[in-house]
Amino acid sequence: MATMEFKTAETRIAAGEVLAELGGVYPNLVVLGGDLNKSTQVTKFADLYPDRFFDFGPAEQNIVSVAAGLASSGKIPIVSTFAVFGSSRPYDQIRVGVSQSNLNVKIIVTHAGLLTGEDGVSAQSIEDIAIMNALPNFNVLVPSDSVETKSAIKSAIATDGPFYIRLSRPATPILHEKESFALGKGGLIKEGADATIIACGIMVSEAIVAAENLASRGINCRIINMSTIKPIDASIIIESARKTGAIVTAEEHYIQGGLGSAVGLILGNNIPTPTENVALTQYAESGPPSELLKKYKLSSSAIEDSVEKVVSRKTKKAVS
Amino acid sequence: MRRNILKMIHEVQSGHPGGSLSSVEILASLYFSILKHDPNNPRWENRDKFILSKAHACPVLYVALAQSGYFAESELLTFRKMNSRLQGHAHTKTPGVEMSGGSLGQGLSFGVGSAIAAQLNKNDSITYVLLGDGECDEGQIWEAAMSASHYKLDNLVAIVDRNGIQNDRFTHEAMEIEPFEDKWKAFGWDVSAIDGHSFNEIIPALNRANSIKGSPSVIIAKTVKGKGVSFMENNPGFHGKAPNKEELRQAMEELFSD
Repeated sequence: MATMEFKTAETRIAAGEVLAELGGVYPNLVVLGGDLNKSTQVTKFADLYPDRFFDFGPAEQNIVSVAAGLASSGKIPIVSTFAVFGSSRPYDQIRVGVSQSNLNVKIIVTHAGLLTGEDGVSAQSIEDIAIMNALPNFNVLVPSDSVETKSAIKSAIATDGPFYIRLSRPATPILHEKESFALGKGGLIKEGADATIIACGIMVSEAIVAAENLASRGINCRIINMSTIKPIDASIIIESARKTGAIVTAEEHYIQGGLGSAVGLILGNNIPTPTENVALTQYAESGPPSELLKKYKLSSSAIEDSVEKVVSRKTKKAVS
Repeated sequence: MRRNILKMIHEVQSGHPGGSLSSVEILASLYFSILKHDPNNPRWENRDKFILSKAHACPVLYVALAQSGYFAESELLTFRKMNSRLQGHAHTKTPGVEMSGGSLGQGLSFGVGSAIAAQLNKNDSITYVLLGDGECDEGQIWEAAMSASHYKLDNLVAIVDRNGIQNDRFTHEAMEIEPFEDKWKAFGWDVSAIDGHSFNEIIPALNRANSIKGSPSVIIAKTVKGKGVSFMENNPGFHGKAPNKEELRQAMEELFSD
């Protein structure tokens, strides 16, 4: 087993820092909070630009529709809250008020997925990528680390249109040295010939560990960091299928409607390829994040199992 | 305006006549007297904004926009048809429509955003939001009401079309909202109650609302659903039902004799 040591940092802290920085660049940037402003780190923006920060209490339907009104008036509103409160809770307001009129609202959520841990299933957003993917006009981003978070937010604010940006609570591995996010482009982490792991968010670091371990067993993996889930980078998916003939997707999300579904759509329409999906298949429970990831099979070892399985399917097909 | 509303709903045999007819005088007062707007430049930065939160009543809005010159009156008959800019519920693809709606309860919050933007921009634009009384069953209305007074949005004016009927039946049967004035007062709003069909009451009430400082204002406009057509008046059956040929003929006769 490889024991890789990553430096870590919180993506939410990176978000708080970059919003404070961008407040000085964009005079029309306005941040809307919902009584979670210390947790989401937007207090940094609020301290610097109190006249452009508005707290609405935990009233997320109101916050999203207020954001729509601000965007319609030329502001760039940031909706800042936890993932469950910025997606499913105000979904109708997002659908009718933001998506259907393609307004320039940026929903930046923290505390996504299983990593929110001890708070339990109500707080663990495992459906948010699916429901946000289902909205025409929306861009859906899941940065893999704190460095990419900063460049993803910069890109979202520089691009007109609605965005959903999904971040975590705890410190997560730092994978990037420099800010290199490109909207709609998958990032090649490493080359490999036997299978491609397409991962997003915290599962990218798990993929790197898995690939290390698999290499010692003679399986060489290509790794793609799919930090833009929508619009998805079809060309890098097709290229990966062509080069490696086997795909494993990995996401900290329910198996339906997330990264795996988006990748599967591209593969099925273009280049049918043996595929395995590392994702949740049920609700989890309260517990420490690292133990939850292990129990619910979102770890590097789950990725390794899926890669071995998909490679064996590829071989069988070749033999027959 | 009423004749245009009924003709467009009859033409496509769908739409919401009752709540359009009840708010005719309110929209006429706004579009032809109160609003600072430019039909030739619908996105003019300093315009006052009118938000139709009860977006099913879009026929009255489309008629007000057409008669203001945002688009030709002939376009009204494309309402709800394929390739039309006049959607079944108000949508921003229509010139002059500020908000896409169709799911009740969202317009007052949108108005809060619009009013905050005007304050940040230090312009004197006023945001008017028309709510239905049945719509006030939606909890989000009260989230928005609380935040508007918290942020002292005195450039925000809500008007409630208090026609007493919602989709299924009378509002007091579906969900009692009284004491309605007291609720708004408790949420920190300046409240006035008027006859929503009297220009002599609507226009002074709007002017008064604009002069109030330090708090948002709401005008509760008592109206008659289906106003102007005898068999539609106060009849829950015509919330979302188009008149047939004979009904249209009779309605036109009544409206011409006014």
